[in-house]
Amino acid sequence: MSTANGLNLTLKVWRQKNDKAKGQMETYQVSDISPDSSFLEMMDILNEKLINDGGDPVAFDHDCREGICGSCSMFINGEAHGPGREITTCQLHMREFKNGETIYIEPWRAKAFPVIKDLVVDRGAFDRIMAAGGFVSVNTSGNTQDANAIPIPKADADKAFDAATCIGCGACVASCKNSSAMLFVSAKVSQFALLPQGKVEAKERVLNMVQQMDDEGFGNCSNTGACEVECPKGISLENIARMNREYMSASFTADKQ
Amino acid sequence: MTKLDSKIPKGPIKDKWTNYKNNIKLVNPANKRSIDVIVVGTGLAGGSAAASLAELGYNVKAFCYQDSPRRAHSIAAQGGINAAKNYQGDGDSTYRLFYDTVKGGDYRSREANVYRLAEVSANIIDQCVAQGVPFARDYGGLLDNRSFGGVQVSRTFYAKGQTGQQLLLGCYSAMSRQIGKGKIKMYNRHEMLDIVKVDGKARGIIARNLVTGEIERHSAHAVVIASGGYGNVFFLSTNAMGSNVSAGWKVHKKGAFFANPCYTQIHPTCIPQHGDQQSKLTLMSESLRNDGRIWVPKKKEDSEAIRAGKLKPTQIAEADRDYYLERRYPSFGNLVPRDVASRAAKERCDAGYGVGTNETGEAVYLDFSSAIMRYGQEQANIQHIHNASDAKIKELGVDVIEKKYGNLFQMYEKITADDPYKTPMKIYPAVHYTMGGVWVDYNLMTTIEGCYAIGEANFSDHGANRLGASALMQGLADGYFVLPYTIGDYLANDIRTGEISTDLPEFVAAEKEVTDQIEFFINNKGTKSVDYFHKRLGKVMWNKVGMARNAKGLTEAIAEIKEIREEFWKEVKVPGSADSMNPELEKAGRVADFLELGELFARDALLREESCGGHYREEYSTEEGEAMRDDEHFTHVSAWEFKGEPADAVLHQEALNYENIELKTRSYK
Repeated sequence: MSTANGLNLTLKVWRQKNDKAKGQMETYQVSDISPDSSFLEMMDILNEKLINDGGDPVAFDHDCREGICGSCSMFINGEAHGPGREITTCQLHMREFKNGETIYIEPWRAKAFPVIKDLVVDRGAFDRIMAAGGFVSVNTSGNTQDANAIPIPKADADKAFDAATCIGCGACVASCKNSSAMLFVSAKVSQFALLPQGKVEAKERVLNMVQQMDDEGFGNCSNTGACEVECPKGISLENIARMNREYMSASFTADKQ
Repeated sequence: MTKLDSKIPKGPIKDKWTNYKNNIKLVNPANKRSIDVIVVGTGLAGGSAAASLAELGYNVKAFCYQDSPRRAHSIAAQGGINAAKNYQGDGDSTYRLFYDTVKGGDYRSREANVYRLAEVSANIIDQCVAQGVPFARDYGGLLDNRSFGGVQVSRTFYAKGQTGQQLLLGCYSAMSRQIGKGKIKMYNRHEMLDIVKVDGKARGIIARNLVTGEIERHSAHAVVIASGGYGNVFFLSTNAMGSNVSAGWKVHKKGAFFANPCYTQIHPTCIPQHGDQQSKLTLMSESLRNDGRIWVPKKKEDSEAIRAGKLKPTQIAEADRDYYLERRYPSFGNLVPRDVASRAAKERCDAGYGVGTNETGEAVYLDFSSAIMRYGQEQANIQHIHNASDAKIKELGVDVIEKKYGNLFQMYEKITADDPYKTPMKIYPAVHYTMGGVWVDYNLMTTIEGCYAIGEANFSDHGANRLGASALMQGLADGYFVLPYTIGDYLANDIRTGEISTDLPEFVAAEKEVTDQIEFFINNKGTKSVDYFHKRLGKVMWNKVGMARNAKGLTEAIAEIKEIREEFWKEVKVPGSADSMNPELEKAGRVADFLELGELFARDALLREESCGGHYREEYSTEEGEAMRDDEHFTHVSAWEFKGEPADAVLHQEALNYENIELKTRSYK
């Protein structure tokens, strides 16, 4: 079905068979894309075309397509999740592009995120950082105290919530010239540091999570702020400052070093 | 029918769960260390179960198809989680939550399960707060609540429009702690492709490593299916792209009964479909119905002018708007349950009053202008602004709405390029949740011994319609507070079994079945993509097995789905190879299962000759279009036993006995 305002586009897409193979950009054409389509629906159309033409469809991570699961991860025209602020790739719509435009699509690029295939990368490092301390040590028992037993100032609860909205997509790492994971780690550290439930283990948590972050091969933070700009959830750099404070004080005072 | 024993404990309903817990067998801590449990799926049900079982001391192996357990689709739940805390002092209680859930489910759920759910609900909130879940709080620092459809109290806890995310990250944190300790072995990017039974008991699974394509055998003493719902049988739904029925369907094919497949929830407030290129629909939280008013024009010519782009909704005078939910259901108004709201929207659009400017023309308005003015006036009073202008009141009101629903409004604007602060949202119903699922008894065990189903994957708690904010409640109740007890009663018999060998012939046979199917797909070299078949199936399901069903349409659907399935097995084309990452191959297996489920679904809908909850049969309705139940013939669970083809499935019935709640015609008028 042809529409009057359908878009014809040239796509330059990173293709890589597996983590060992060498990748390269390939060129594809798509036509008559509805401006109301999402970017990933455009990718679906490309894949359908590739399958029908006997080619190999482009592998990419995606799932909820509502901007919340954190699966999608495309570096579009040199920006994590493409043009537009506070959106994930799946929330990007084709009305942001002009007819005849060429679009460059690459995977996240970071040493700690090896490419698995095409645009799919391995973000297991984030899971391992979480396993190092991203939790409150409380078992399921049914005997925890009543949820309203400890009032929490609304301002603290709201800040903790804002930090907790991180979706773990890795745009911060992909955007950082040092491939630093500080925004991701600091968001989790901050969420718990701001809540009374998280304070008990705050010192061990920050030390262990930072240690794991370093072990995974992420770079250091040099306060450029690209991560904050590209973060689809608007996670604030304030969290990195808070983590640095937490880390400093824990380094000097924690029992465990 | 002898096989269907729901195992509901004896005694008064309020004592059943307590007495049950006091009398089950326990497994001592040393023995737990030699028992393995497989959990498939890491959403709220699977994640909470995996974490709790590992904390208890069992060796847990958890599987998810996503790259991390944190990405399961529970994460997308927006509005909230119900709990009978009665923090608002508005008359809530365990009994009232129980009653609302049974009534909301149109009297087609199991009383004892629902009561237990209501009973443990309060503890869920305590547990989540202890984990550091940042729920919304008021200025006094205490937890805030809001109201959801089908109830008259405020019992919904929330974290802005991201409650599912915050609860799932709570589970994921709890899992991460156990992964770090080695008590959970996490298998990311793995898909379960079959269950393995040894001597009639569930003893393991066959899984595919989605990165390398390797087929793996995993053994355990029990298998827990927590793989969510099957809404994607409709192709377009609010489910995640990868959400599928395969884990549930594979256990069904190996002996687990599948219950009430036709009970599907069509959510009233979703962003309307924009056109044929669409792959996925997006939900707008039910919480919006706290403040949004739903309407269409009273005059057909106004609707026509809007569809033609000649008139704007803001130009239609108050007197010319039909707030049809407030008109038809004055006591619940815009907060009627989802099934009722969805059908009412369809009724108006079918009658020619729809306002969609998209290809389908189907949409109704969800309007916040009255709420903006109401909140604005309240703010003006608080701030002592006397004689505030309408513009000032509006500004203050927008600010309040922004704080309450900001992220949802932003999401809407991103997708539609319309500003919902200025013009009403356009919404239309879409497939969202499936109440049906794998049949389980009170212990959450399926008809395969040692195989459990929890969360949306099972059928037990929501009857024919689920109330808003109850999915999160059920998922966490099953995983945190129910399964950890009930599974122990079963595993107590396995303390001397020792590790199950994956070299047993049953594992070899199950693996062969899996590899045969994969090889078939790769070698078939057909002419049409997997999506081609999935879309065709979805169209049949939506048009003939969707919001309104009738015998003629259902009969046609059964034949058409069978036809599509036969063509699929001849003509499907799967590119690439089996020994590497291959998303098309993954989809092929899932769609193959949807093509079987779809037919059973339609058969179930055809045989249930009544209207109840999400299942609406046009032949069984009043003149006003209200659903008509047939309690005499259909107060039962339909549980299907697999016998080869979907057409051969054998129907078993579990009678539903209402001892605590009187069966009544559901009324929200």
